[in-house]
Order: sequence, then structure tokens, then C-alpha cells
Amino acid sequence: MKEKPLVRIENLSVDFPLGRKLFGKPPMLKAVNGVSMDIMPGQFYGLVGESGSGKTTLGRAILKAVPISAGKILFDDGKVSYDLSKISQTNLKNYRKLAQLIFQDPYAALSPRMTVRDIIAEPLEVMGITKSREETDERVREIASKCRLNLEHLRRFPHAFSGGQRQRISIARTLVCNPNFVVADESVAALDVSIQADILNLLKSLQRQLGLTFMFISHDLSVVAHICDHVSVMYLGTLVESAPTKKLFSNPLHPYTKALLSSIPSLDPDDNKKAQKLEGEIPSPANPPSGCKFHTRCIFSEDRCQREVPEWREFSHNHTVACHLAEKISSAS
Amino acid sequence: MTILSVQNLDVLFNTDDGIITAVDDVSFDMKEGEVLGLVGESGSGKSVTAKSLMQLNPANTIYGERSNILLKNGDRELDVLALKKARDMVVVRGGSISMIFQEPMASFAPAITIGNQMVEQLMIHTKMTKRQAVELSVEMLERVGINEPKKRFYQYSFELSGGMRQRAMIAMALSTKPKILIADEPTTALDVTIQAQVLELMKDLVKEFGMAILFITHDLGVIAQVADRVSVMYLGRIVESGPVRRVLHAPAHPYTKGLLNALPKLDALDEPLTPVPGDIPSPLERPNGCVFHTRCPKAIVDLCNTSVPGSSNVGQKHIASCFAIENVCETV
Repeated sequence: MKEKPLVRIENLSVDFPLGRKLFGKPPMLKAVNGVSMDIMPGQFYGLVGESGSGKTTLGRAILKAVPISAGKILFDDGKVSYDLSKISQTNLKNYRKLAQLIFQDPYAALSPRMTVRDIIAEPLEVMGITKSREETDERVREIASKCRLNLEHLRRFPHAFSGGQRQRISIARTLVCNPNFVVADESVAALDVSIQADILNLLKSLQRQLGLTFMFISHDLSVVAHICDHVSVMYLGTLVESAPTKKLFSNPLHPYTKALLSSIPSLDPDDNKKAQKLEGEIPSPANPPSGCKFHTRCIFSEDRCQREVPEWREFSHNHTVACHLAEKISSAS
Repeated sequence: MTILSVQNLDVLFNTDDGIITAVDDVSFDMKEGEVLGLVGESGSGKSVTAKSLMQLNPANTIYGERSNILLKNGDRELDVLALKKARDMVVVRGGSISMIFQEPMASFAPAITIGNQMVEQLMIHTKMTKRQAVELSVEMLERVGINEPKKRFYQYSFELSGGMRQRAMIAMALSTKPKILIADEPTTALDVTIQAQVLELMKDLVKEFGMAILFITHDLGVIAQVADRVSVMYLGRIVESGPVRRVLHAPAHPYTKGLLNALPKLDALDEPLTPVPGDIPSPLERPNGCVFHTRCPKAIVDLCNTSVPGSSNVGQKHIASCFAIENVCETV
């Protein structure tokens, strides 16, 4: 029996208008263009791509923080099921309790005028989850201890904390309303290496303890490789490859995934992976290339790639790719 | 040949909350054609050290009495910290030493074309005519791999993409033929694929121009790819330094070891990540003795928290400051 996905995305598009026109429609920027994916309950789902690839917009669409232009997002946790493209205001309020976001920059995400206790308690008060102050305090204390913050910390203001501690406060605020789906958007990008490992371990243990499902958005492939079960790679608003982590990293099919992997600077000074380096830069999403969007930078590119948009197809079990030449490339390497 | 020698550099900041030690007894030499990597977390003092070389730190900075920064300028040796007037600093700022900053958008003036900015500094630092300066600038833009350099020369910084801006920054920094280039996190704001291109470019340029580079970054992978020697900084002190292969393959200081263990590695996906325990202390609560003892798993009671470890030799030109070195080396 196949498990039902917690979040199912079908052909999702998010467009932003570029300026305004007096008559007719302004040109549209397709930030996310025809993306489909299934996120299973309990999964740590990774989304990687360069800046401008649309990964943040996709994460926000799932939280219904940007309007959906076309396609569907279905959320189903066994108790309730919502279609986010036509969700009602009452249901949306309920959905906000179930799906939450962890921000990137712990320095900007916390109000300097509120104590840590008030910061963590705010979602409970806004959503009217708790009835009394005692109940709120109890919930705050419980989640704070799970995020390794002690009672003394709760009385202080955010400026007294280091980056890693602030990110733990931010995580506690996200989890205090007991969500079951969390989008973590570049949540460790602003942290130092020694602290980053600590936050990654915390996220992983919280996921196990509380039975959470994560969507982890990052530009850092080695972080994603360590923490995620399943990884999708995005380029200019479309998915180019998606597979379980080990499969993706041991056998990347799409030339873009391969290039990304070989661009990571290796810790071994004698290791020089020059062969796969990418030329040029990511084209502007306002004026994307025809056919396969990657063809302008792809070393394997053929005539067909400039004309036809590659189909999003299952190459082997659970390993999906959008490339005309996947067979050729995989047999060649 | 040594072209820059930093000796016992102390940098303090006089703030409202009291005096903060940012750099504490840092010494290093830079040689021609060598890339020296400076790694450390935020707050470790790596940028302050680099800025001291050109006295670019803010007005509340106090440099230590015993500190010397000696720069070879022709036949003479110049003490950078003894220069007091901005007019005298021109020899150093942009003359002998150029700098590339982390955020290329913030380092170009937005209302002046890229070309005019490049020409301006050439007019100040060299005896070129305007025409020669324009020619050299376009040539440099082409040299760093910018397409249509003539067109870019007349554009503003906002018209260029992030990677291109950083290339233009490098072109500008190198056009005066500095003896030393300071690169302060030059690739941190860039995507990995662009970072790989820029690192490749910098390596080629060192070979061609033969200058020394002080490369500051928090990314050990980047260090491994570009640096010849590396110094690891923690809370204003250099805790370990040596040839890059030695430091990364056989780290002697517990902090370097901890950093390497905390780094997610692609070829060992199943290995758990080991964070360095605890948090970086606030600069106002600087630990006594060895600055790392509050987070160190090997700390020796009554020794590490009271006295500062001297630097000991642990191999060819490989130095670490730690009381527990033997202890650490055994477990490598």
C-alpha cells in the first residue's frame, strides 16, 4: 500500500507581474513554473538551487504566503485536507496552525523589544490556541526546554543572545503551536559552521520527537545531503531532478546537478574537479531561454534542447529528471 | 621574499560598554606569490586584522604600543601603523595594497560608472594619462573574463550581475598592480557555480601577477582550494597556522579539529555532525588564559583557564598554540 503524501503539489505556477500597464496585461515573471512534487509525512524534504531559482517562492506558496497562479497544492494530514488554491479564510486560519516557517536570519526575525517568553508566546496568543496565561506559560516552557533554552533565557531580550541561541528561539516560536509541517528557508545559512552543525542536529531530533515533516530550502548541497531524505533540484522556476538523497548524490543524472556537485570546494587541496565547471550565470527569470532552460550553460546541449521543453519523467524508481539526454549522459559516465 | 610582516598586532576598540579586544598578539608574514588564508568564525577578528594593514578600522580603534606592520616599499621598509595622515596613507591604500570586499554591490559607488571608478584610482596611484588608464581598465575587464568589456566600462554597478560585479572589483583592485591583495570573503555572497569560477580566476591571476593574497573566509573548503598557507583565528588570536595540507589533514589545535568535524562532508553522508560545544563568548566577556578553553573538550583544569599557551612547533612550519597538543595529535 502506498502512503498518502502530506503535501501534494500538482503543476504549480506562481507568476509575478512586471510593472503595470494601462491597457492589457503586464508581462509576467514566472517564478515557479509547472512544479509537481509529493512530500510524504515524516520526510525531511530538501530543495536546492541557486539564487533566483524560485525555491523560496515555492516554499512560500506551500504556506500560502504568495498567491498561486495555476495548479494545485493539496494538504492532507489524515484529519483535515485542504486544497490551498481555493481554501476559505476560516480554513486558512486553521492551516496556519498546521504549517509554519523558520526564517533565515535570526538577527532580523526576532523583535528587539520583546522578551524571549513573549516572542515564543505570541503565536499562541494570536491564534487563540491557549485559554489562560498559565496554559500559555506551560506551553512556552515545554517547547523552550525541547529547544534547549532554560527558564533564565525566557526573561531576557534577544540582543543578549548569540546567533545559534537566537535561531533556537526562532525554532521554538515556530514549533510552539504544534504544527506538523515546517518550511525551513535557509535556516542555517547565516550561522557559523560550529553552530550550524548544532542547529541541524536539533532540527533532526525535534523532527523525530514531534513527528514533523520538513521542507528544507538551502543553497548548500553538503548541508542538504546530510539532513534530508529526499532532494529536489530547482533551476529557473522548474524542477530539474528529484531523488532520494543517496541516489541523487551517488548518481546525479541532470547536467545541472552534476555541475552543482562539482562546484562545491573540496576540503582536499589536491582534489581538483575542473572538468564539470559551469560557464556563465543563471539567466534572468524575466526572460528565460526557450526549450530546456538550462541549455545556455549545458555542455551536452543539442539542437533539440533549444526547441523542446524536456518532460518531467521517472528515470528509475523514485528518481525523476527533466532532461532529453539523461540516458545518454548516465551511460556515458 | 617577505613583503609584509605583521608583528604582535593588538587591536582594541573603545566602545560605550568598555574596551573590547578584537585582535590579540597576531603575527604573520606574507611572501610574494603566496596565498595566505585566514579562517575563523564571525567575531574572530579576521576582518579587523586585514583592515589594520591599511588602517581602515573606525576612529575608536586603538592599536597596541608594541604592534608593528612593516611593508616593503621599494628599498625602504614602511611602518604602516606609524602613518598618521590620510595623505601619507595613499602609498598603502590602493597603492601597495588593494582590497576586495564581500559585498560587491556595496563597494562600487552606485552613481558613477564602473569605468570612471577604475580610471579615477589609476589616475591617483599611477602616472598614466587618462587615455592609457581607459585602455588598461578595458583590458583588465577583459582579462577577468567579462564579455563585451567596452560596453561594461560605461555601465553602472546595478546593471551587472553579482558574479560580474565581483569580477569587475577584482579587475579594479589589480589594475594598479598592488603587491598585496586583501580578499575579504570575496565569494561568500556568490552562488556555488559562480564561486567556482571566481576562485579559478583568482588562482590564475596569482600566477600571472605574482602578488601576495591575504584570503579571508569562514569556508574551509574554499581555503583548501586557494590557499598555500592557512592561519586559524579564534577570538582575536591565531590558534594554529601552517601549510594548508598539514593543517587540514593533521590539525593540531582542538578548535581546528572541531571546525573540521562540524563541517558536513559529501563523501561521508552517514557520519554524524559534531558541533563545537557551547557558543562563542561575547567580546565583553573574553575568557582568561586560552581563549578557547570554555568550549574545548581537551581543556586542562587550572592550566588552560589561567595561562595563555605559547606557540609550539608541531611539524614543518606548522605551529599551534595549545597546552594539550600531544593529547590532540594522538587522536588524529
